[in-house]
Amino acid sequence: MDFVMPDFRLAAPELFVAAMSLVILMVTSFAKSRARSAAFWLCEFTLLAAVFLTLFSGTVDRAQTFSGMYISDLLGGFLKAVVCLSVAVVLQYGRAYMADRKIDSPEYYILVLFAALGMMVLISASHFVSIYLGLELMSLALYALVAIDRDNPRSTEAGMKYFVLGALASGLLLYGMSMLYGATGSLQIHEISQRIYERSANDMVVVFGLVFVLVGIAFKLGVVPFHMWVPDVYHGAPTAVTLLVSSAPKIAAFAMAFRILVLGLFDLAEQWQMMLMLLAVGSIVLGNLAAVAQTNIKRMLAYSGISHMGFMLLGLMSGVVKGEGGTYAVNAYSSAMFYAVAYVMMTLAAFGMVILLSRAGFEAENVDDFKGLNQRSPWFAGMMLIVMFSMAGIPFFVGFFAKLSVLQAVVAAGNVSGQALYYWLAGLAVLMSAVGAYYYLRVVKVMYFDDAVDTSPLTATLGTRTLLSANALSIAAVGLLPNWLMQICAFTLLH
Amino acid sequence: MSEMEKLYLIVPLAPLVGAIFAGLFGKLIGRTASHVVTILGVAVAFVASVVVFQDVQAGNSYNGSIYTWATAGDLRLELGFLIDKLTVMMMLVVTFVSLMVHIYTIGYMHADPGYQRFFSYISLFTFSMLMLVMSNNFVQLFFGWEAVGLVSYLLIGFWYTKSTAIYANLKAFLVNRVGDFGFLLGIGLIAAHTGSLDYATVFSKLPELSVKTISLFGDSAWPLLTVVCICLFVGAMGKSAQVPLHVWLPDSMEGPTPISALIHAATMVTAGIFMVTRMSPLFEVSETARAFVLVIGATTALFMGFLGIIQNDIKRVVAYSTLSQLGYMTVALGVSAYSAAVFHLMTHAFFKALLFLAAGSVIIGMHHEQDIRRMGGLWKRMPITWITSLIGSLALIGFPFMAGFFSKDSIIEAVAASHTLGAKYAYACVLIGVFVTAFYSFRMYFLVFHGRERFHAAHAEAHDDHGHGAHGGEVPHESPWVVWLPLVLLAVPSVVIGYLAIGPMLFGDWFGASIVVHEGNNALAHLEAHFTSAFGMAIHGFMTLPFALAMAGVATAAYFYLVKPEIPARIATAFGPVYRLLENKYYFDRFNEIVFAAGSRALGKVFWKAGDQAVIDGLLVNGTAKIIGGFAQIIRYFQTGHLYQYAFTIIIGVVVLLAFWGSRG
Amino acid sequence: MLSLSHVLTLSSLLFAISVVGIFLNRKNLIILLMSIELMLLAVNMNFIAYSTFHADRAGQLFVFFILTVAAAEAAIGLAILVAMFRNTRTIHVDDLDGLKG
Repeated sequence: MDFVMPDFRLAAPELFVAAMSLVILMVTSFAKSRARSAAFWLCEFTLLAAVFLTLFSGTVDRAQTFSGMYISDLLGGFLKAVVCLSVAVVLQYGRAYMADRKIDSPEYYILVLFAALGMMVLISASHFVSIYLGLELMSLALYALVAIDRDNPRSTEAGMKYFVLGALASGLLLYGMSMLYGATGSLQIHEISQRIYERSANDMVVVFGLVFVLVGIAFKLGVVPFHMWVPDVYHGAPTAVTLLVSSAPKIAAFAMAFRILVLGLFDLAEQWQMMLMLLAVGSIVLGNLAAVAQTNIKRMLAYSGISHMGFMLLGLMSGVVKGEGGTYAVNAYSSAMFYAVAYVMMTLAAFGMVILLSRAGFEAENVDDFKGLNQRSPWFAGMMLIVMFSMAGIPFFVGFFAKLSVLQAVVAAGNVSGQALYYWLAGLAVLMSAVGAYYYLRVVKVMYFDDAVDTSPLTATLGTRTLLSANALSIAAVGLLPNWLMQICAFTLLH
Repeated sequence: MSEMEKLYLIVPLAPLVGAIFAGLFGKLIGRTASHVVTILGVAVAFVASVVVFQDVQAGNSYNGSIYTWATAGDLRLELGFLIDKLTVMMMLVVTFVSLMVHIYTIGYMHADPGYQRFFSYISLFTFSMLMLVMSNNFVQLFFGWEAVGLVSYLLIGFWYTKSTAIYANLKAFLVNRVGDFGFLLGIGLIAAHTGSLDYATVFSKLPELSVKTISLFGDSAWPLLTVVCICLFVGAMGKSAQVPLHVWLPDSMEGPTPISALIHAATMVTAGIFMVTRMSPLFEVSETARAFVLVIGATTALFMGFLGIIQNDIKRVVAYSTLSQLGYMTVALGVSAYSAAVFHLMTHAFFKALLFLAAGSVIIGMHHEQDIRRMGGLWKRMPITWITSLIGSLALIGFPFMAGFFSKDSIIEAVAASHTLGAKYAYACVLIGVFVTAFYSFRMYFLVFHGRERFHAAHAEAHDDHGHGAHGGEVPHESPWVVWLPLVLLAVPSVVIGYLAIGPMLFGDWFGASIVVHEGNNALAHLEAHFTSAFGMAIHGFMTLPFALAMAGVATAAYFYLVKPEIPARIATAFGPVYRLLENKYYFDRFNEIVFAAGSRALGKVFWKAGDQAVIDGLLVNGTAKIIGGFAQIIRYFQTGHLYQYAFTIIIGVVVLLAFWGSRG
Repeated sequence: MLSLSHVLTLSSLLFAISVVGIFLNRKNLIILLMSIELMLLAVNMNFIAYSTFHADRAGQLFVFFILTVAAAEAAIGLAILVAMFRNTRTIHVDDLDGLKG
């Protein structure tokens, strides 16, 4: 067997980030007093350069390298750009927060960068080994990040829970992979797809493998019943880390779900579609109902995140009707992708607001801490209003359009299949969104109608303020002009 | 973009510009500049509407999109206008009433710290309402629908330090969500089955739609359009406050009076009526949906009228009256008399806005006293308010030659002629409703403007209670010109608009293709056969049963609240409870009163207490909130914090998936 | 002679034991970490068995990756455990309930 030199250029963004993280590791070891700011700026540079690389170095056509382990396509390029950009935003939002709590050691930045690298690998992986490695690189870094405030019992408890459950989930994922390997004799996604197609039999082992793999994906997305870690981890982790955990990994998990389920296991679509439906319904119902009772805004956003992921799955599962894809399938997948991207925009801004209100020695993590924000800062009350309205799905913010396109995909699936089930699904989703509107608007209510308990001025830096405003305004802007993003989603999926 | 298209754009955008200026820079530019800029915006919109009206009158119409907002799949979401006679009529009503309310607000809110904010909101409302009525597609309709709702919540809770206002605000929000749910479902079904959200496209696919069925429960096949129409109507029920989704409207009176006139009487609440009229091609196909509409409307028309009788808050009386009148419009929709519904919508907008603004004028005159038992004899003190209120009340009860007469009588006649399922019930409801309407309207009118002056005692009491007697010795006085001018300007159409418009609007095919009525359903056709002229109809009106009923209502009210209070003079020397004592006495004394006053009062109370408060408020609204809260608590309970329990949940999930699919695979 | 199904049965037993160990154990967090290791080993056994069955080396290659990652995972798990112990002075699973609801 001849050794074939892989085409490194296709994987340039990952290689660049990997190299840079090693460089930063070295630099921060030697730059003593400046280590923190050096790490911050180098990380920001790396991430933004990676955005540039993913957007401009990739090929338009799909190409594989590293013996079919790595796939380079427009979908991956776009999602990686979103991931890098959002991680860059996370670093900026969290910088002062981490410094105030004296946990902004250089390791923090390097771990964030490793997590980003893991996500990038995961997005471009087309082989079980590379999927597993990307996933673990991301997860291990996140476990450590959650527990990074190591003198805080809540932080370490959250880290421990995340670690144990995450390890369990990746164990299940691996077990599923081993079954699929056993049934097909391959670890490469396209080969697996091919072999399942040729055998054209829904072997018991394949279905079992599918269940276990799906569980691994569902855990990373945080959907019911694999969601139990979400509220505890979001709550316990330092808010800057919660920001990271809640945003970019969802994009990576979406890519993983798309590559494994749609590209790899399409012949099992009839099975996974029903499973996803079950998970999605559970998530939408449970997430929205549980969020109502929360007083801690981080937990509230955690449950709301569960319901949002349920919505996204709803879009993903509508791409297949009776095991067949169709022209509407692209609409369904792109609606799910749009939802994921929109969710990341919203969650960044929402947790960004929580960070904005926090300061040294004070965590603004309760809904009550938003009381009277309008009196303290009308501008940021307005920004939070945009975010909450968007999450509630009120027109014309990006969240509304995301929900609309998912619902449209569901109803389209209903029309094609002629099954009333889909209409009920859409109805339930709308009903639960109405419940959801209640707790989002409660935040708006306390901001505008209650008197401020805490009247101290906001301490955030100009950079964070500007970026947060831009983030919130982009939610409104994309809500007004969602077309281009929708077209990007559809276009990258088609190629 | 053609000249007319630019003009269409100006109509909604002018108020929006005003709203933005007053809202963002209100503090900077000051109070006067804020009201000047918003009034200017609305005035421009009004003038532009008049120009558009003339253009449409000349036979032009327009249907086109201005801007494509987004495409989702094959679905195009566009911003577009449909300008026809129905639209232009709504535009005129909205901009005219809004203009009046803007002017009136200068006087009404002059001491309020949120002056600029208020102007910004009402201008924003005008923009949203115009977007709603001018829309040529469902998305924009829904946008306007939600936007007017949003502004309405903001305005109900305008005095956000009042806990009742916040409660009312929340209630309005919750109840409207129920309606919106139905509405959205209806729109979703339309989009799903036609692939389009454009009115014209949807209507053009009517032949294929009308034979489609969908199964909701098991195998039962429902005609698609029936489901769609009922869903859409549920939306209308929320917005137009039809039983049982009406509960928010009386509470919405917590907001300042100008918005009660603009939003909760003249325009926003009629959005549902407008929407159903716009959808008349769909509703015409489904007899079932129309019967549903009819029964709901008739129930609202009568039973909300009963509730009006027992209210003592001047604004609440008018609010219940609004509910009842919306019921009349809905009844008209149910019997396919869409043009009569819209006609009543228009006349009602004028005279009800007039009544509300007059009530507001009384409230100012009385120094923010709203209890009609503490008023009386105001006709001497506030002559202009008195005359205009009388005009408004006469219009409301359908006195011949007044605006309300033509519209209401047409509805009653149409119901009589209709064969829709439930038409008999509806006819009984609307007839009794005439009596009830006259009774509560004139009860209020007499208590406020005639009889003994009871406010001296009331003020003395207020003086004792609150320890500030700045107004204690003062008597009510006429309001400033900015307040009474709109009253006068609204009184004019309240008198003449019915006389002028009935011929063309109902019988002259003025609406043309905007409204579709199938031949067999055309209840108005019977009227048309008898209709000679507006004058003839009014003269004939003096001899009809509704007129007799209305007069009986007025007479009863006069007897109870004008004639009789003089006899028990000793009791009348006391202040507050005088009215109640008086009524209790009648209650035991005479059979007539048992039937008319106390009987209906008791009935009203039963419906209010049992129906409104216990079932709807307690069970549906609060109950739902409680159930959701309960579920939330249960879910929280399962989130124990224990790692092994979390792991166990994951394993359960795996096992369930395996068992379910493993066994099938 | 050992057949494929024998090995698979063994590995699925090991897997089941480890899963049960994770949710039944309410005492010691270290036992939890051991269960996780065991689970990965069960997976490894599966891969090796299938690799032999298909005469394909990729499965065995995957095992090396899993072993490496498992080592890293154990390191991080133990590190978090130590940090937690310093805060709470306990490694009882039962005491890990500060975050709930």
